[in-house]
Amino acid sequence: MNIPFLRSVGHLLLCMVVIASAGLTLPGCTQKPTQETHLPYLGEPELVASTAGAAPDTVPYTVPSFTLTNQDRQTITNQTFAGKVYVTDFFFATCPSICPKMQSELLRVYEQFKGNPNVLFLSHTIDPAHDSIPVLRDYAERLGIKDASRWHFATAPHDTIFALARAYMTAAQVDKGVVGGYAHSGTFALIDSHRRIRGLYDGMEKTEVDRLIKELPELLKEEANARATAAK
Amino acid sequence: MVLGLAVALGLNGCFTERRNEGAQLYASHCANCHGEQGQGLKRLIPPVAASDYVAQHRADLPCLIRKGMRGVVVVNGVEYNQVMPGHDDLTDSQIANLLNFVQQNWGNKNQAYTIHEASELLGHCNGSDGQ
Repeated sequence: MNIPFLRSVGHLLLCMVVIASAGLTLPGCTQKPTQETHLPYLGEPELVASTAGAAPDTVPYTVPSFTLTNQDRQTITNQTFAGKVYVTDFFFATCPSICPKMQSELLRVYEQFKGNPNVLFLSHTIDPAHDSIPVLRDYAERLGIKDASRWHFATAPHDTIFALARAYMTAAQVDKGVVGGYAHSGTFALIDSHRRIRGLYDGMEKTEVDRLIKELPELLKEEANARATAAK
Repeated sequence: MVLGLAVALGLNGCFTERRNEGAQLYASHCANCHGEQGQGLKRLIPPVAASDYVAQHRADLPCLIRKGMRGVVVVNGVEYNQVMPGHDDLTDSQIANLLNFVQQNWGNKNQAYTIHEASELLGHCNGSDGQ
């Protein structure tokens, strides 16, 4: 079986899908300036029919429901992240090109927020055929992540993962400069407690990851304010 | 910082492109995994900085770059198990320059390779392109 070939094809497919989705969703990326400094809602807003024949409302794009399995063999769903914010990316354990750099950058974010239980991390493998649960557990442990409930390394059927990569607007793309002809450009997505995408960051760029480290507390503050308001 | 960079760039202009080839090749082909300073990544990717493996496997390294490696490897007493891709896209002399950069930086002080020697060592794995 020509696994590397299949993998490249997979990457190409993901690439095309992501480019297509980027084309569709980019116009939605520049909306909702509000009074306070407020991270944007990314993605195409959805139209929601309102009652009594009034004009339909728009609500921000939300990531779909998912069911994954993490490195501790536990089922994780959207409910796992209820009331939390999380940072997510896509990688594979044997990725020789950008994943180590990406994951070391995500590790930098994790180190900053590991004391805050309201911030979780979710890395999806895009190579579920190879990255079994034991492989994911080994990878996580080698990266120094002992607590799966803070940083999930997750797998699911191939199609599920690729649909999610599209849903999170994270990218894989062909890179002619890389041996093998492909590399995914590792995007980190920041998701709020209402499943909304609040930031996208190039995980290969230190300045972009610094921006994530700066914006994450802004989101936490917003969430805390919302909780305080709701409690009144 | 900006001034330092400008000075560094200015100084680099004093040498030929070839002079820094090893560092450039390292940055473009190795740094994503092995780190910008050769530090590796936790227990996933072994360091090439101050690395006993680099010192002890000097004769094997050209073929390791050419063919890649997989399986368990112990570096500075730590066990690693990742796939490293091979590099058919580098010439023998590029491999020599790359390895010389690694062998003489970041705490490594090992004997340099001549291009002739690199080609000879690459012959052990049918990996020499004679360039």
